[in-house]
Amino acid sequence: MSYLSLSDKDKKEMLARAGVGAVDELFACIPEAVRLKRPLDLPPARSELELVRTIDAVGAKNAAGRVSFLGGGAYEHFIPTVVDYLASRGEFVSPYTPYQPEVSQGTLQLMFEFQTLVCQLTGLDIANDSLYDGSTGAAEAVLMAQRVTGRNKVLIARSLHPQYREVVRTYIKNLGVEAVEVGFGSEGRIDKDALGRLLDDTVAAVVCQSPNFLGVIEDVQALADAAHARKALSVVVVAEALSLGLLEAPGKLGADIVTGEGQSLGLPLSFGGAYLGFMACKKEFLRQMPGRITGQTVDKDGRRGFVLTLSTREQHIRRERATSNICSNQALCAVRATIFLETLGKQGLREMAWQNAQKAAYAAEALAAVPGVKRRLTGPVFNEFVLELAKPWPAVDAGLRAKGIIGGYGLGADYPELKNAVLVAVTELRTKGEIDRLVRSLQEVLS
Amino acid sequence: MIKEIREPLIFEISAEGKRAAELPPLDVPAKRDLLAGVAVRRELEDFPEVSETEIARHFTRLAQKNYCVDLGLYPLGSCTMKYNPKVNERLSAHPAFAASHPLLPADLIQGNLEALKTLEGFLCEIAGMDAFTLQPAAGAHGELTGMMLIRAALEARGNARKYVLIPDSAHGTNPSSAHICGYTVKEIKSNEKGTIDLASLTEAMTDEVAALMVTNPNTLGVFESDICRIAEIVHAKGGLVYMDGANMNALTGIVRPGDMGIDALHINLHKTFSTPHGGGGPGAGPVGVKKELMPFLPVPVIAEKDGRYTLDFDRPKSIGRVRAYFGNFSVLVRALCYILTLGAKGVREMAEFALLNANYIRKSLEGEYHLKYATPSMHECVFSDKFQKEFGVTNLDIAKRLIDFGVHPPTMSFPLIVHGALMIEPTETESRRDLDHFIDAMKAIAKEAKENPDILHQAPHVTYVSRLDEVAAAKYPVLRWEKKP
Repeated sequence: MSYLSLSDKDKKEMLARAGVGAVDELFACIPEAVRLKRPLDLPPARSELELVRTIDAVGAKNAAGRVSFLGGGAYEHFIPTVVDYLASRGEFVSPYTPYQPEVSQGTLQLMFEFQTLVCQLTGLDIANDSLYDGSTGAAEAVLMAQRVTGRNKVLIARSLHPQYREVVRTYIKNLGVEAVEVGFGSEGRIDKDALGRLLDDTVAAVVCQSPNFLGVIEDVQALADAAHARKALSVVVVAEALSLGLLEAPGKLGADIVTGEGQSLGLPLSFGGAYLGFMACKKEFLRQMPGRITGQTVDKDGRRGFVLTLSTREQHIRRERATSNICSNQALCAVRATIFLETLGKQGLREMAWQNAQKAAYAAEALAAVPGVKRRLTGPVFNEFVLELAKPWPAVDAGLRAKGIIGGYGLGADYPELKNAVLVAVTELRTKGEIDRLVRSLQEVLS
Repeated sequence: MIKEIREPLIFEISAEGKRAAELPPLDVPAKRDLLAGVAVRRELEDFPEVSETEIARHFTRLAQKNYCVDLGLYPLGSCTMKYNPKVNERLSAHPAFAASHPLLPADLIQGNLEALKTLEGFLCEIAGMDAFTLQPAAGAHGELTGMMLIRAALEARGNARKYVLIPDSAHGTNPSSAHICGYTVKEIKSNEKGTIDLASLTEAMTDEVAALMVTNPNTLGVFESDICRIAEIVHAKGGLVYMDGANMNALTGIVRPGDMGIDALHINLHKTFSTPHGGGGPGAGPVGVKKELMPFLPVPVIAEKDGRYTLDFDRPKSIGRVRAYFGNFSVLVRALCYILTLGAKGVREMAEFALLNANYIRKSLEGEYHLKYATPSMHECVFSDKFQKEFGVTNLDIAKRLIDFGVHPPTMSFPLIVHGALMIEPTETESRRDLDHFIDAMKAIAKEAKENPDILHQAPHVTYVSRLDEVAAAKYPVLRWEKKP
């Protein structure tokens, strides 16, 4: 199948206009010696029907049909049909970056609404038009804190998503920034004594995640106060954006920069991407914010309109002195999140978040009552919690899988101190019947 | 388009108590002391409350205010705005992929891993490289990853070095990415053909230079014909060559970067392989490398043995992760589908007809618009507003007037080495009718510039808003809606 739109007659006439006898002549600028002298070794072209069959067959190799309690930074949530339907319109899917605002007011107004929603959720003054994902958001926040404070050390909670920590390390490696890890206590919250020992006047930021990777909600206010006492910034990472529907906005608790993953807001799991990094901060840090920003203005007739703005921070103007090398955003993912948030609305988002917390609480209590299972960390949780099992997780996992259940994420590889522990996530999509089935199955596997 | 439609912000049509979504009632016993001792929100202050009808209308009206590829030619240079096949949208959202969690163990996601590994193989073949990582989420992210790989390889040789050479025609992300890798940027001047000047390169290329970042074809749409010699000069001094593959669409099936001395490159799948731009993203910027750089690739690496796929984390020399999970998977699936659909012949035809369409436009507009460089064009051509300036008309006026003709403007004012640039890339998927419409519009505008320049200064005339005050937007930033007190 081809997507070319030229007839043979067109081709002939266009070659004549271009002043060449054959298409090949257009490549005369490429030295003969390096040209590919054979056809590419690719499978034969497919019709649409053959393509669909091929992809169906590939997809069928994924195991399907299991009830999942996996979370850890990616969550299965309800997505209203209207989100898929509206976000798949060609006018949202197929434009470029809105560099010509007169013909991009749809995307630009949407981004302005997105920024407003992110500000409302995070309790901060300004937000950008999105970053690649939560992990790169965390890395950008660290670099931003370094620019704001001029300090080259950050304290990073060990309970920050392990993959986010890896990405931060990769980003700062060549920039002379040091990341020091701060452990967690028996509650699962950041170890305040350790933090107190490590926090001094050389620290740019205290970076925590809340709810953290172990599901525990941090005392954001106390962490922000501690950071501010040393003139460091408080960076809060939110990997489960839905929690913001119920928990107090981190910005209202003192956070200076809030960044995170917006996948929960209307994006399918999709094996980890495309996702949606978001970032908000206090307005005094505006000039150090990475990424695109949309602003409101007027046209020459005085009508309200929207444009990309403050681009002197960005790489196409400032080149190597830019706030980040990022040159795009996750616009279509932000479109989905905007439609999702506006559809759920004030009541719906809170209700969804509340149901997550209720169902997780129910599941945690029921699972902890199973012989051979105990709650590992005592701190408050949103929709995820850690259980310690009397048997090694791989064996339990295999047993549950045989019963059609993905019980959670085994923590032993990322946290050797949490051997035989599992992170269980319960969203609004898990019914009481499914939770009870997990309880029964775990009982059977452990007995 | 109905010009008079005004669409308020959603917050301005919100009214207490309305809703567009409901959940089933909670089916577990509700706990009263839930989240005791935790700071909980009293309410989502000023969050929108609207009906589903209002949601549907709001976003449909906003959609109507966007120009897009589905509507017409979108000739943004270096952006490769080609048609985005609809079946790829459907397949990227395939239930088998959409429902799959990124932390699932490898034996439950064999389909995902097969899709990724297959795409890696296709990209290796097309680019002539030894391995690809699919983790980078965009072109700039790919540059960053590629330059980190180069740094790691040079460190392994004993010296990471200090400088990175970048031509003055390069995209701004190149210097910015090199900077994040801890390098200082040195600019190389272009010669009168618009390509890298070999003498300047030879002089700049010392044993303190880590790499040259080169875009080929460059941002003028000109092929760096000396590319093999360029690579030799860099390699002779122990440096490596990074290629920004933003313009890969001009080369597919014709020549492979790996065969012309490139050590690492990224490919923008949202350009060359038709994944939609989505109004600014998500994209994907996979990075291809030669053997020497393979040990440093981000973890995990997908390994295959006898048709079973596993994730290899045991790579001590790896630069680490550059993104959580596996990159923009849904974008990667679309690119896979595109290559499967086109096959070898189709992938070559992409480049062939991208060049034909661009050269057709160039020949049709030569004389009407100034062409700074006479060097042959590949997939795009860069005109300037020099002729029109005589009548007080700038590239901005030309761009805005094009909107009145129902065409998206070309890339403006880039590359920086062409003053008043109009950078035109039609892509291969365009019909003769749409190309001719663009050419006719450009000719009409050239005529208007002489006869009635004011109509250009006032353009666009048919949009929901006229020219916007961008200076005021930056000077007095209003970056969110707030309830009026």
